[in-house]
Amino acid sequence: MIAFLLAQTIAITGGTVYPVSGPKIENATVLIRDGRIAAVGANVAVPAGATRIDASGKWVTPGLIDGAGQMGLREIGAVQNTNEATLRGNEVAASFNVLEGINPASTLIAVNRMEGITTTLAVPNGSLIWGQAVLIDLDGATIEAMRVKSPAAMVADLSEAAKDAGGGSRAGVAQRLRRVLNDAREYATRRADYRRRQIQDLSASAADLEALQPVLRGELPLLVVANRRSDIETALRIAQEYKLRLILAGAAEGWMIPDEIAVAGVPVLVEPMDNIPSFDALGIRYENAPLLAKGGVKVALMETTTENTRDLRQQAGNAVASGMTWDQALRAVTLTPAEILGVADRYGSLEAGKVANVVVWTGDPFDFSTGIEHVYIRGREIPLRSRQTELLERYKTLPPKY
Amino acid sequence: MRHLSTAFALLVFAAGAGCASAGARTTNAAAPAQATATQDAGIGPQYPSTYQRHPNPPVLIRNATIMTAAGQEIQGGSILFRDGRIVAVGANVTAPTDATIVDGTGKWVTPGVIDTHSHIGVYAAPGTFGESDGNEATSPVTAEVWAEHSFWPQDPQIPLAIAGGVTTIQALPGSANLIGGRSAVLKLVPARSVQEMKFPGAHYGLKMACGENPKRVYGNRGGPSTRMGNMAGYRAAFIAAQGYRQKWDKWNKDHQGDPPERNLRNESLAEVLRGNIYVQNHCYRADEMMQMLDLAHEFGFKIRSFHHAVEAYKIADVLAREGTAVSIWSDWWGFKEEAMDGIYENAALVQQAGGRVVIHSDDASGIQRLNQEAAKAMYHGRRAGIPITRDQAVRWFTANPAWVLGLDSLVGTLEPGKMADVVLWSADPLSVYARALQVYNDGWLVYDRNDPAHQPKTDFSLGQP
Repeated sequence: MIAFLLAQTIAITGGTVYPVSGPKIENATVLIRDGRIAAVGANVAVPAGATRIDASGKWVTPGLIDGAGQMGLREIGAVQNTNEATLRGNEVAASFNVLEGINPASTLIAVNRMEGITTTLAVPNGSLIWGQAVLIDLDGATIEAMRVKSPAAMVADLSEAAKDAGGGSRAGVAQRLRRVLNDAREYATRRADYRRRQIQDLSASAADLEALQPVLRGELPLLVVANRRSDIETALRIAQEYKLRLILAGAAEGWMIPDEIAVAGVPVLVEPMDNIPSFDALGIRYENAPLLAKGGVKVALMETTTENTRDLRQQAGNAVASGMTWDQALRAVTLTPAEILGVADRYGSLEAGKVANVVVWTGDPFDFSTGIEHVYIRGREIPLRSRQTELLERYKTLPPKY
Repeated sequence: MRHLSTAFALLVFAAGAGCASAGARTTNAAAPAQATATQDAGIGPQYPSTYQRHPNPPVLIRNATIMTAAGQEIQGGSILFRDGRIVAVGANVTAPTDATIVDGTGKWVTPGVIDTHSHIGVYAAPGTFGESDGNEATSPVTAEVWAEHSFWPQDPQIPLAIAGGVTTIQALPGSANLIGGRSAVLKLVPARSVQEMKFPGAHYGLKMACGENPKRVYGNRGGPSTRMGNMAGYRAAFIAAQGYRQKWDKWNKDHQGDPPERNLRNESLAEVLRGNIYVQNHCYRADEMMQMLDLAHEFGFKIRSFHHAVEAYKIADVLAREGTAVSIWSDWWGFKEEAMDGIYENAALVQQAGGRVVIHSDDASGIQRLNQEAAKAMYHGRRAGIPITRDQAVRWFTANPAWVLGLDSLVGTLEPGKMADVVLWSADPLSVYARALQVYNDGWLVYDRNDPAHQPKTDFSLGQP
């Protein structure tokens, strides 16, 4: 079965193709073979035997990537038994990798991928250091089949929500994070002493300190939740001190300091429709994403409501309405998150050699009038069915067909 | 009320006719009909509105696409309003000499957006304990509390909603209680007090809640702890109210002896039984809505609208027959068990069955984009083969919510005689790219996207970043 699918060649022809890595191409072909994109362009020869998909008048883009959410980790928000995202009782849960908590059979997956979302970050939740987030494709019967990158990021919190882990003070949070990072450094140079107990007590378990080594080596990004301007600046400061690869998430008041963020070369994940003030971010506003992008910051967009990850499209449309360019917004839900999460060699654009996550739309992916014609994940055509379409079929005419 | 569970736990915590003739009745009335007075039988006026129209010059918006929510989409149309009333709508409208002229070229006009389900003001930003005034969660039946007594007019979420084109809201108590209290129906205008915002003549709503929330909140606090306990609770409350109503109705008629002792809880419920207060019922599941309709039949009242009603499509025929509207989201689902069966086509299926659809927010963020939510529901309906018109989709956030609040003779459509609640949009309001450019509430320019002089800030936001 798998061999058969992998051998399939699909030619999506005649559409307006948005490769994202380059300008749009009219009347172009996207050729998919063995789960990869084999060719993209206006003059691509379609091999005999290929399955032809007529995309005339349609738009073809990479599958959308949401660098947020808890897909597979949480079936029903209010039902704790279906929630696998939080490791309770450990405020420094650096060794907590969520991969084996992911349920490939989650009903949320089918609901969201049929709206063009093909890849999401499964993010843990927690206190100070939440654990390791995992990037997954929204197709596959096993976690091995879904996994794109694990871990994709270490997640930490410098927002108001983390204050309990810092004794009730933002300063305490920052100092505790530094202590953990210092101890992780010391642990790395004195593992033997640690095993012989010839070292003072460290602020986290050996497993957690070990898990932080790739972060300290700059191999694994540290994704930091920060919204208030001063919290963003704390994150930038700590990243500089420890030479970390920082990703900012939330960054609600980032629009105040785009230059600082851009100079630091730090990318941000932003939720464009979020503008309700709290004491964590009184300066939150719709224009955050466009102002950051204008200031030269690498911006990816996110939809954090897991069951409606599909609203990433609406987030992007609203970012455009708030001043982002349409091209920036498309990149911010495809190639930019792929770059930020370290998979741009395989994901995020329509280029030969990349994983064949491809969506055929009836029009502009961000507008409500647009429908989905085809979704491919790793070259497999995804059936446009979900629990919700089955409910629709059952109740479309009343009385229902039981 | 719902906690937005977020991947990064960083964001907001928000609390929580089909017939073509639905909506406007009058097309050329010089003045709108009066809604029922806010006066409880036998008690007299209470906590009256002090709302006053803001004086303004007449305004003519011309050469716009005007979606009237009364059956028309007029290309190159004009709308004239004066002294808070719509004077004329059409292809050829002459401007009086004193009118402010607004060029609507390339722009759209709709009636002001109306939300039947908001908690702004009662769950105000910045969202700490200090502003948490939406659930009187001390007893499962608190028909005696009134949302207007919690409402904070300096909530910084109010200007955000205004900028989304919203001109009227129903601020509701939360859904912790079986019977949560009276709603406040408000003109969304900058004001010092809620009294200045109270929509003159509006019917109070009574918030009721089904299902998971009451049993979760009271399960370990004396009950109800089950859905059958919920039902018993509503019934006990209305039985008490029946007796109370009889006593008062009798006294009001014959004035014999001392008046009966007042009881605020029963006073609200008796007004429901008299039909003066509209039941606004938070209820997700189809089977529970059927139970609530039976309850309404038992006590002889109408449920004006179910709220949330993610399973309305399963009983769309019944809802149409009962004349009960549904105030729903376009796509929320799955955040709790009773919300598992939400589908995109809910609105379209209810519309198709002849029911009355309202797109509501229940959310300080969503209230800013009710037009977008309606568009989402319309297009998904169409893709499922259900022919929803653009006019119907606009009614979902204008004329139909006006009906749910009993204000359909006053607001909700762009017709002469209606209140001048008017939104000028930068683009087709059923596109994701549209933004409200100007919002007029009763003729008053309460928001102008391009003019900081018309971008009100609440006191809370002064001096903030």
